[in-house]
Amino acid sequence: MNKLELAFFGLCSVIALLGAIVTVGAKNPIRGAMGLLSTIIGIAGLYLMLAAEFLAAIQLLVYAGAVVILFLFVIMLLGPSAQSKRDARGAVARYVGAAAMLVSGLGAMVLVMRTQSGTPTALPAAPPQFGTIESIGHELFSTALVPFELSGALLLVAVIGAVAVARGKQVDPTLLPAADAKPSQAPSPNARTAGQTKEARS
Amino acid sequence: MTVPLEYFVIVAAVLFMTGAVGFLIRRNLLVLLMSIELMLNAVNLTLVAFNRQHVGGHTGQIFTFFIIAIAAAEAAVGLAIVLAFFRLRSTVRSDDADLLRN
Repeated sequence: MNKLELAFFGLCSVIALLGAIVTVGAKNPIRGAMGLLSTIIGIAGLYLMLAAEFLAAIQLLVYAGAVVILFLFVIMLLGPSAQSKRDARGAVARYVGAAAMLVSGLGAMVLVMRTQSGTPTALPAAPPQFGTIESIGHELFSTALVPFELSGALLLVAVIGAVAVARGKQVDPTLLPAADAKPSQAPSPNARTAGQTKEARS
Repeated sequence: MTVPLEYFVIVAAVLFMTGAVGFLIRRNLLVLLMSIELMLNAVNLTLVAFNRQHVGGHTGQIFTFFIIAIAAAEAAVGLAIVLAFFRLRSTVRSDDADLLRN
């Protein structure tokens, strides 16, 4: 096989796997988010090798541009408490479960590889239209039209749900106006804020 | 001759196992969400690789497109839940998420 292609494949997979290990092992969540970013970039490179140019672009736009940035926003919003302290409770059960998962996964990989006939499967030559924006878009708006529209609805619902869940009901007590103490007073310039406070408390 | 299909599938399998092990051993909610993203990415890579073997259609790539959309929605809702949980308990440890216990 082509040396250059193999080198690019190796580079992308090493970037992706190292990023994954950093994501899982990093104590600081910001470092973990950077590892996730590295994994995403590596996988976008692998998509390019698999003739999926459109998906490589979407991967970079959605994952690197939106999801990782959202993670970083939340980590920075939480501040130092985003890094949870070490705690040995239940550690044995966790590591036993992870080891069982690892062993079963590696066992499945070995079993699948032993059933193969030995020679690796060569990928067929891709037609020039394979994986381009034009052909994917054509398929997306013809055979996959209903799921496409449904995913738009799903995204709308998810955004509304995220806002509703994250907004909360608490009001910062330092922002409450002092007029709250004398409710019998005639309408004053801060009557509106007092009404808002009552709403926020109910 | 191009890079064979098995190499991509093996990379995806190792990536998935890394994400799964991370999900099992970590207790920081943010890292748990990131591990879920790792697993979704591994599955996407598998779908695109198998689609590359059957170049007649784009089913795998369309699937991957929808999975990316769903993963974005999942990240938004999951992070909102983490924020609400942090507001409630002032921590992001998954062990402290025991409101439904007893």
